[in-house]
Amino acid sequence: MSLVSEGVEVRGPLVAGVGEPSLATVGDYIALMKPRVMSLVVFTALVGLAVAPGSLHPVAAFTALLCIAVGAGAAGALNMWYDADVDALMTRTARRPVPMGRVRPGEALAFGLTLGSFAVVVLGLLVNWVASGLLAFTIFFYVVIYTIWLKRSTPQNIVIGGAAGAFPPMIGWAAVTGSLSLEPVLLFLIIFFWTPPHFWALALFRTEDYARARIPVLPVVSGDASTRRQIMRYILILVPLGVAPWAVGYAGALYGTTAIAAGAIMTMLGWQVLREIRPAERASRNLFAFSILYLFLLFAVLLIERGWGGLIARLAA
Amino acid sequence: MSQNPDDDGIVLTEAQKRARRSRSIAIALALAALVVLFYAMTLVKGPGVLIRPI
Repeated sequence: MSLVSEGVEVRGPLVAGVGEPSLATVGDYIALMKPRVMSLVVFTALVGLAVAPGSLHPVAAFTALLCIAVGAGAAGALNMWYDADVDALMTRTARRPVPMGRVRPGEALAFGLTLGSFAVVVLGLLVNWVASGLLAFTIFFYVVIYTIWLKRSTPQNIVIGGAAGAFPPMIGWAAVTGSLSLEPVLLFLIIFFWTPPHFWALALFRTEDYARARIPVLPVVSGDASTRRQIMRYILILVPLGVAPWAVGYAGALYGTTAIAAGAIMTMLGWQVLREIRPAERASRNLFAFSILYLFLLFAVLLIERGWGGLIARLAA
Repeated sequence: MSQNPDDDGIVLTEAQKRARRSRSIAIALALAALVVLFYAMTLVKGPGVLIRPI
């Protein structure tokens, strides 16, 4: 059963029916958890955990990261459950397990709810309830606020919904300290303002896909030129925010240099996107690719500079 | 209510049996990992794990 070939045009979650016994493999369930998104979530959470003051036993740190990873996987599975109809209409997502018919919607829903519940409860019981509460809120935000509410109703979907992807460093920090402060909020803001230019650069060269699925992303609703201007505006907010951890003394010279250099490249690529005219899409593709490297570089340098020494000291203690 | 002796119910194909077996093994491994995790964290927390406010 493939919803792609059947040209399904229903809105909202597909209804699970009683059919053939499931052919879903372990690989299909892993795909439901969006492993590539999960790896970025784990990495940013690790940075939040490593730069936080105080100590956390390595086993507890591993437990926290495992719960955050599983929680992110749960959110991914619930997203695929609800979005199966639109996933079937888009080239990028049509081969996901639910639209392909390998996993039934009800199975994806049960899988997501089970994983999410386990992740939140285990994080609370074994680490602390502040981190657990933040993880629960992140899953709720991604599934209910972004996927069910905003994604199909406003072109600002990714701006507000992007907050869900920005929470993991705060969860990592809270796992160590049991509280929050300005530093994890800065990390949150960097990812929050990074998400729109990253996603809109992708949407610029996937506009037809989103239009076919009737998802109101910015290029579909406001047009190409407006999206390019918005990308530039967000980059101009993002770059100073990227430098901020160094400017306020949370990070050292290596981070500062990296953030300024990477920020200059982001600004240059954003400028190229602004000057690009459809059907050309090279600048958009370049910005999309570099934006991933930008976020990785900033967090990796922060991890090396602030976190790595702290982690080694904690392991040695 | 009588049952038809020829009715064998749902008979799984070989592919379905393989898929079910792999899922069952994955669930077993996940549960075992959870047990190990709770055991390890109990050791990490030490006697403090028994001190709970009433």
